[in-house]
Amino acid sequence: MNKMIDEQELHNDQAPGVKAWLRSGDPLIWLNGAAVSVCVIAVVGLLLLLAVRGLSHFWPADVLAVTVSYQGQSRELLGEVVEEVEVSGGQLREAGFELQGSGPFFQRTLLKQGNRDFLGTDFTWLIDEQFGARRFPADLLVVERLEWGNFYGYLRGVNRLGEAPITVAEQGEATTLAALQTLIADTVAVREEIDHIEQGAIGTINYDLERLRLRERGLELEGRLDALAQAELASERAELELRFRELQDQLYVLYDSIKDHSYSAELADGRVVTLPIAKVVRAYQPNAMNVPAKMAMYGKRLWEFLSQPPREANTEGGIFPAMFGTVLMVILMSIIVTPFGVVAAVYLREYASQGFVTRTIRVAVNNLAGVPSIVYGVFGLGFFVYFVGGELDQLFFPASLPRPTFGTPGLMWASLTLALLTLPVVIVATEEGLARIPSTVREGSLALGATRAETLWRVVLPMASPAMMTGLILAVARAAGEVAPLMLVGVVKLAPTLPLDANYPYLHLDQKFMHLGFHIYDVGFQSPNVEAARPLVYATAFLLVVIIALLNLTAVSLRNRLRERYKSLEH
Amino acid sequence: MSILSEHVSSFTPRWRRFKDRLATVSVTAGGASVLGAILLIFFYLLYEVLPLFGSADVEPRAEVASPFASAPLYLAVEEQTEIGFAVFSNSSGSFFQLDSGEVLLTSDMASELGAVTAVAEESPAKRMIALAHESGAVSLYAHEYRLSYPDGNRVITPRIERSYPALDLRVANAPVTQLAVGETDDALVLISLNAVGVLQAQRFNRSENFMTGEVSFDAELLTLPPLAGETAAFHVDEDLRWLYHIDTKGGFTVINLRQRDAMGKLEVASRGELFDRGGQLSESAMLLGGISLLVASDRGELVQYFMVRDGEGGHHLQRVREFDTDGIVITTLLPEHRRKGFLALGRQGEVQVYHTTAHRRLLSESALPLGGGAAAISPRADALLLVDSDGSLRSWHIDNEHPDISWSALWTEVWYESYDEPEYVWQSSASDNDFEPKYSFAPLAFGTLKAAFYTMMIAAPLAICGAIYTAYFMAPALRRKIKPMIELMEALPTVILGFLAGLWLAPLIEDKLTAVITLMLALPFGVILFAFLWSRLPRAIRSWVPEGWHAAVLIPVVIFIGYASFASNDVLELLLFNGDMRNWITSELGISFDQRNALVVGIAMGMAVIPTIFSISEDAIFSVPKHLSYGSLALGATPWQTLVGVVIPTASPGIFSGLMIGLGRAVGETMIVLMATGNTPIIDINIFEGMRTLSANIAVEVPEAEVDSTHYRVLFLAAFVLFMFTFMVNTVAELVRQRLRIKYGSL
Repeated sequence: MNKMIDEQELHNDQAPGVKAWLRSGDPLIWLNGAAVSVCVIAVVGLLLLLAVRGLSHFWPADVLAVTVSYQGQSRELLGEVVEEVEVSGGQLREAGFELQGSGPFFQRTLLKQGNRDFLGTDFTWLIDEQFGARRFPADLLVVERLEWGNFYGYLRGVNRLGEAPITVAEQGEATTLAALQTLIADTVAVREEIDHIEQGAIGTINYDLERLRLRERGLELEGRLDALAQAELASERAELELRFRELQDQLYVLYDSIKDHSYSAELADGRVVTLPIAKVVRAYQPNAMNVPAKMAMYGKRLWEFLSQPPREANTEGGIFPAMFGTVLMVILMSIIVTPFGVVAAVYLREYASQGFVTRTIRVAVNNLAGVPSIVYGVFGLGFFVYFVGGELDQLFFPASLPRPTFGTPGLMWASLTLALLTLPVVIVATEEGLARIPSTVREGSLALGATRAETLWRVVLPMASPAMMTGLILAVARAAGEVAPLMLVGVVKLAPTLPLDANYPYLHLDQKFMHLGFHIYDVGFQSPNVEAARPLVYATAFLLVVIIALLNLTAVSLRNRLRERYKSLEH
Repeated sequence: MSILSEHVSSFTPRWRRFKDRLATVSVTAGGASVLGAILLIFFYLLYEVLPLFGSADVEPRAEVASPFASAPLYLAVEEQTEIGFAVFSNSSGSFFQLDSGEVLLTSDMASELGAVTAVAEESPAKRMIALAHESGAVSLYAHEYRLSYPDGNRVITPRIERSYPALDLRVANAPVTQLAVGETDDALVLISLNAVGVLQAQRFNRSENFMTGEVSFDAELLTLPPLAGETAAFHVDEDLRWLYHIDTKGGFTVINLRQRDAMGKLEVASRGELFDRGGQLSESAMLLGGISLLVASDRGELVQYFMVRDGEGGHHLQRVREFDTDGIVITTLLPEHRRKGFLALGRQGEVQVYHTTAHRRLLSESALPLGGGAAAISPRADALLLVDSDGSLRSWHIDNEHPDISWSALWTEVWYESYDEPEYVWQSSASDNDFEPKYSFAPLAFGTLKAAFYTMMIAAPLAICGAIYTAYFMAPALRRKIKPMIELMEALPTVILGFLAGLWLAPLIEDKLTAVITLMLALPFGVILFAFLWSRLPRAIRSWVPEGWHAAVLIPVVIFIGYASFASNDVLELLLFNGDMRNWITSELGISFDQRNALVVGIAMGMAVIPTIFSISEDAIFSVPKHLSYGSLALGATPWQTLVGVVIPTASPGIFSGLMIGLGRAVGETMIVLMATGNTPIIDINIFEGMRTLSANIAVEVPEAEVDSTHYRVLFLAAFVLFMFTFMVNTVAELVRQRLRIKYGSL
């Protein structure tokens, strides 16, 4: 025995010939191992890619100033370097470029030059050999705006309405910049007030007016719209309209108070332009910032991304409504799916005799898990939205017809559709948990005289609760990432209001909503300015991955804890 | 006290038994509801789809005495099927109520030109008709209907309006017996046959005075080539390009109205016989759109023809499809106004409903009391109107919602109008009513399978090899980390994979195609080379790495090979492909290259499918009873021989089941294909071109499809096809798995 092993080891050490080595199956084992490595690298690489691209977007990058000369003409450019690639000279020459260098490859740079209102395009490809010296002037100002994307230029002056203008030439740069920042802060405060009135008070009035209209129509349909009711409605309406006008006047005042503030700045080509402060989100000088300052700015921008609604056709700003919509939809879905999933699992594991029926149901569960999600979407649209929703409208909302209330895609139908889609996830996880409960526990309970229902309620279900949680978390993770069915049953690219607000009945199940996954699809593929939107898509994707990975890891750790617990029970 | 009473009540045996039974019932109901859910999806999809395959139905609607003394020369029905319009030989036109027969309005129609001898309709949609008068002059009219809603009730006000009032459209010196009219923006063509048998074609070219904006028409006599036989019928196509002439013996001549020969005569484009079984023409009509010619013979033949370009740049009249008539001789053909369908009325009162694209007869009903007279079909093809010469006015309801779908339209090559040959085409919507919807599932099913095929090409080897290694060779400590990691990939939303595929991977592959291909080739060889070198290393170094950690050792190797492939991309391209492989593929190999192609989809969707296949196969291999492999090893087999000879055969049903479920996922995946391909419905296996899959097609088109329209139901049919496919695949996989579980249990 020992001898054999020795021989083999000897054999190994001597290393067999190539042919023998190939025949031993060793290379194939290595190849199989390589498959695992490739998969692991793919997963990790993908997550890293998302993390790097998604998180780097918020970093206030240095802004480059450069003189580009081509065919004897030169122009000044400002902008952030977005991407650098190597292109073959042949390709460039074919595209009609005149090249100085002779090498086979040339460096190209994608520059985000912003200033869409003056330059037309905010991204431009340049060939590096045309660059003069690269400069990073400290006084270069970046202005994030509500319209037209970023502005890059040199601050020249600030003009507060009713006060003497402050200019760099006279008061110096530091004073002007400070004045600009104060003015921006003041304006932002006023804008917040405006938003508050528009979204809050005026939104409520509009909502109430609409409800009045529905009440009137409802009375009319019932034939009870007499003079008295009409008078009452009219007085309520008059009151609302009065309040509406008051608020509107207030708004006009606020708008007027900020509309004439302005700042002037010099573009790269020397033009001096004057722009309204009212459209400014923030201004900063990245080249003058040190690392802590940049980190503070990073935090600010990250927070804006998480807490603000999108602007500029979803290519700038934040994703708060999408996050909110996703969470709300997922919560509603959980409320629907948990009882059904748990009951079905309990039936399969505790009540049904293991035979043809359970086999059939298991096949059905697996099929539900395997049906393409788009089929759920189609089913949800046809059955829930048009069939059930249409009936509901006829029965309960005749006043607002022909405009549908529930007969159109919305939050409730999206939640229901996804509940159906995630049902098998909950069933499978719960069943696994139930299967792990030792039968001795059940038998003990039954032996003490408890009925089956009591055993289930007092003993089995509490013990299986972590499994249910696991199932629910996995279902939530699945639902949070699912997009295809939602596109048909209720998600929109831009919802004007959140589905949960201060207007009765607070939770608007009939409203359409925004969703992180759909946001990625929409901004990445349907956006008019894909280049500008791309960093935001990466950031959104990373956020979604983080949420889903966290949910999954929670589920996994719960499952492991559960296993540990029953191990101790068995002994 | 209260606690005691609660105890008492909750310990009442009756109450407890009731609760127990209630629990049993509700839990059983909950279990059954899962079955109910899948059945509900199945039956609901079926419920939406079935109307597509239903046949048409004709029901009598009204029958009243005709208010007219004679049978009309021309008959039409308006959109709402409330009002009919009839033209009589005494130069008058009457609007009448369809159900009561009450005449609403009778207008004079150029009676100063004499009695009407023939009427021609330009196209049903324009509602324009041409009247040939006894004097040989022609007047043109349009019948129009204005809808208004005073007091919320619909009121239709009909009127006729004369078009081209000031024109002298004298086409013959003898009474005209047959007339055809065609109109475009710049010309009007009138073809007439007079009582003496002379056929004449005239074109009136429109010209507009730039200064005054006044419109005038220049008449131009078109010289026809000599035509054999006696004229039975003639038609002009919509573009005023072809004149179809049919003689009494069933021969046809197609004359090109735009081309003249040296003598100034119009050229003949095509000549031939219409009917295979001989016989004479009994009826002919142009189908909606003015492209197809429908002809029926007195021997029961019913055929569709249209002009097709042939190889030499000429055109010929192509026999496209013949319809089944059961030998019924068709005497009236009524083309629908909005679809490529038509009604055929037989000599003995038979009514048949056909659709051309679907090549389908939807209804064949005999013995409707039809007499000789004029017939009309309503614009929505939901009513048939007949004014008999025997003095009655009859109407029928037609229920024919979805004629355009048939098995052949969905799955076989169809010869669409204006196509040179039968093709598979998916093109569901267009801007105008004349459009022939093309609902061929073939390109979509092909695209689905193509995407699934390339996905499986990439996913299957990686997933199965990975599963084999993880389950059989990998060190347990490593396995506990690797397995959840790969399974975490399953939770990755496909929208993220799709977005990365479309916006990051597709441009990358386009740019670094050489590197990607190098990587795919170099990876296996590089790994084997590394393994060989590793086996030559001294034992001391090798023993640093414990058994079962190959995968970890390989990670830097794989990364290095990847890096080397991408680093060498530019040099290789310069050496082999003139600096740009993408260009080289298109120009040298003649293979078209889309940025978002099947390779991108394969890789991205592979990422989505790998964890599914991996997880199931790994479980199957890992749970092969250990005593089987121990036995094999004890008999002297190497680990690899044990794996190939014992473990894999035992676990193969599990691996198969994993592959099936992975395939099901690949077939149904929507977001990745939606984002990573161009979504063009083409049939091409080329890996560098995109595709449109059934699922992406649904996602793109459902939001725009009108509810309950044919298009909407066809998309439901696509969903149903997907459902059935995955249902079968998943059921097979699940049954295989259940059997495997029993087998392992017995081992």
